Amino acid sequence: MKTCGAKPGGPSLDGVDLSKQTVIQGLILREGTQDGVPNGEVVSNGYVRLLDATGEFTAEVPTNSDGQFRFFAAPGNWTLIVQAPGSRVEKDISAEAGLLTDLVIHI
Amino acid sequence: MSRESSLVSADWVAENISNPKVVIIEVDEDTTLYAQGHIQNSITFHWRNDLQDGLRRDVVSKSAFEALLSKNGVSNDSTVILYGGNNNWFAAYAYWYFKLYGHQDVRLLDGGRKLWELQGREFVTDLPSRTATRYVATEQDLSLRAFRDETIAAIGVKNLVDVRSPAEFSGELAAPAHLPQEGALTKGHIPTAKNIPWSKAANEDGTFKSDAELREIYGAAGVDLAKDTIAYCRIGERSAFSWFVLHELLEVPNVKNYDGSWTEYGSLVGVPVEIGA
Repeated sequence: MKTCGAKPGGPSLDGVDLSKQTVIQGLILREGTQDGVPNGEVVSNGYVRLLDATGEFTAEVPTNSDGQFRFFAAPGNWTLIVQAPGSRVEKDISAEAGLLTDLVIHI
Repeated sequence: MSRESSLVSADWVAENISNPKVVIIEVDEDTTLYAQGHIQNSITFHWRNDLQDGLRRDVVSKSAFEALLSKNGVSNDSTVILYGGNNNWFAAYAYWYFKLYGHQDVRLLDGGRKLWELQGREFVTDLPSRTATRYVATEQDLSLRAFRDETIAAIGVKNLVDVRSPAEFSGELAAPAHLPQEGALTKGHIPTAKNIPWSKAANEDGTFKSDAELREIYGAAGVDLAKDTIAYCRIGERSAFSWFVLHELLEVPNVKNYDGSWTEYGSLVGVPVEIGA
């Protein structure tokens, strides 16, 4: 039996059957530039929350040490809320069955 | 119980980190986060390895609970502070567990690991050394725990509160959305259950809503708290969270956690199941 708890997610899709799962995943980067070049430091202390189309909480995962997260959702419209120390970003997305939704979110 | 005697703030914990009467325990289903960093002087309990019987599907025995607490230097008069990731789900489960075995002074850290982290508070990797004790537990307080048959008999009679997400309640999903959606369970919910997701009781930062807001949530859902109530989810930890809200924060007396929850009920042959909102 799998537990209900969330482990820090990541985008390795080893063992994930994308024909059966509606995967929403991504990478959280902190907006920033160094010498005029976006440096996009990964956010390893963030939390990503998945809300359904009615705004109801569905799941939340901490980002992993590489700033990544993943959800197994269902087809439809969702909202992601990214929280990290000093930051909060919302993003509306649409997921389709059998299609991987892979995002890069800057905070 | 009340909010004052069952919940502490992050500031309170920061001030009591070195208080010898206080034992801080991080509880989760994955203790690798503890290894990466935890609140200073905290120890860790693993939801499965420490709090589930390794053979039977059940909580650990009284003697095993006593051995766990004794080994970790918890005394009968310790003030136990529980916190964890996953919005304190597993910490709330451990809180229910400590109450099940009669521990007097146990409290949750409001906001859990997430708020501690979002506030930029310190995590350390060094491990505290604790002197072993001789902890003595009581027999299980079964007024806090519902089993399968009582839950089935409660259909249409007692309040059944399903605290999973609406998608799990309706049968669209079999598990929370960060898990693969396969499994042998049937999907749906126990007939006559009201769906009041655990998350309704929490703010975005993981802290609990005010007592007035919490009462409003249950009132609006049409739950008559004068009647006996059984809370369930999928594996019993989110329902421990909602049990905590009802029994400890709102001081509603007749509330039980059905820790077998959907992984048991959804596997039973011949029991009624409903789908849809």
